[in-house]
Amino acid sequence: MINDVIAIIQDYWLLLLIGQYPNGPLGGLANTLILSALSIALAFPVSILLALARLSKWRLLRWPVTGLVYVTRGVPLLMLILWSYFLVPLWTGADVPSFVTMLTTLVVYQGAFLSEVVRAGIVALGSGQMDAARALGHSSLGAMRFIILPQALYNMIPSIISTFVSTIKDTTLGYVINVPDLTFAASQVNNQLLTQPFQVFFILAVVYYAICWSLTHVANIVERRITRRRAGLSGDAAPVELVPAKIISEQL
Amino acid sequence: MNGFDLSAILRNPEYTAMLLHGIEMTFVIYIGSWLLAMTLALLLLCIRFSPLRFGDRAVAAYVSYHRNVPTLVQLMLWYFGIFTLFPAGLTSWLAAHNAETIFAVIGLGLCQAAYFSEDLRSGLRSVSPGQMEAAKALGHSYISAMRFVIMPQGVRNALPPLINHSVSLFKNSSLAIVIGASELTHAVKEVENLSFRTFEIYLIGTVLYLFFSLLIMGAGAYLSMRADPARSARA
Repeated sequence: MINDVIAIIQDYWLLLLIGQYPNGPLGGLANTLILSALSIALAFPVSILLALARLSKWRLLRWPVTGLVYVTRGVPLLMLILWSYFLVPLWTGADVPSFVTMLTTLVVYQGAFLSEVVRAGIVALGSGQMDAARALGHSSLGAMRFIILPQALYNMIPSIISTFVSTIKDTTLGYVINVPDLTFAASQVNNQLLTQPFQVFFILAVVYYAICWSLTHVANIVERRITRRRAGLSGDAAPVELVPAKIISEQL
Repeated sequence: MNGFDLSAILRNPEYTAMLLHGIEMTFVIYIGSWLLAMTLALLLLCIRFSPLRFGDRAVAAYVSYHRNVPTLVQLMLWYFGIFTLFPAGLTSWLAAHNAETIFAVIGLGLCQAAYFSEDLRSGLRSVSPGQMEAAKALGHSYISAMRFVIMPQGVRNALPPLINHSVSLFKNSSLAIVIGASELTHAVKEVENLSFRTFEIYLIGTVLYLFFSLLIMGAGAYLSMRADPARSARA
């Protein structure tokens, strides 16, 4: 069993790492990581805008965005992927690679989830910060830009890292529309070997575990450091709750 | 394709039968894996709270694996991998008895148990240790203190994440399509292939998922409200 696993890794490590890159599209683990990083990078600004819209006092802005967030929370990611697979080529009128379809879906999906995190972070700061900033002569937007968001976003760093972890896990669903990622590469290996499915998927699980576990670990360390800093550097101060416990956690 | 026409799907008995079967299978998978997950979660919780150090580590490893490996990969490992390692008799029996659904229930249930047990654990840990001491001082045994004092408070604290994760589990039941279970997403794809009315059938699928998710969220909110001690005190 162990020998089989080692033999598979020796034969196929390049395929699992970068797919058929020089001769074909980039794939494998590299593509999984690029896809996740890109979607988080694009989802982050989207989520701030969505959060501000949800906290806005104009109903015209608040209601549609609240609706969008609820729809995204209530519908499986798989259904959203099917929607983009159908709609993105229809709207752009071009033959869109599945990578772009997946990226679009993940930006919408994670943008909606992150917006809840951002919103909770802003609410958790309390209204005193905003009042004080306004009293000092900041405009509403200026206070948001210079006082509220820098603090809220700083407190959110651990949540962003864990969103990155769930994005990595989400990219596996690209398998359904043939995004050439790590899962896709593993099933290619499985199709070539045919006789050792357990070993192949075992390797796949171990690789995902290693990546997600280490990132979760990093998130925990960062969280502890931030909590200490927010508590005012005195080690024995009461722990400050960064983000309310009822926050929507997403899981895949 | 002609214009938007929902009735082309809803009036067609063949398509509605497919969708209803999909809904039924989705609920079979959902309820089956929910029950499996909750039972296992309680078991894991008992091991965690028992004085065995080894048990604690084993549960931590179990939780860590199921939280850090994508659910889809877990399902694939079960259906494409572990399934093939079973003895031949069991394999053929399973294949004759809807193996896709069974493995969807097993895979999703085992994965969800990790989340449920962590939710319950953090709920119980948020009950202050003074509660246990007070209960013992009042003459409760360990078991009855757990049953009447600690558990009611702990479960109430754990309700919000448990509800969130129950909704996630419902949404994750759609992953079973990858191993070929004939649940709702599968039915949606099938109707799409037959009718070519992609927009309409996706809309129906989305509305159905949204409806059931909101139903579960609503039921959870009602449960939390019922469990709220402030409300019981008023009544």
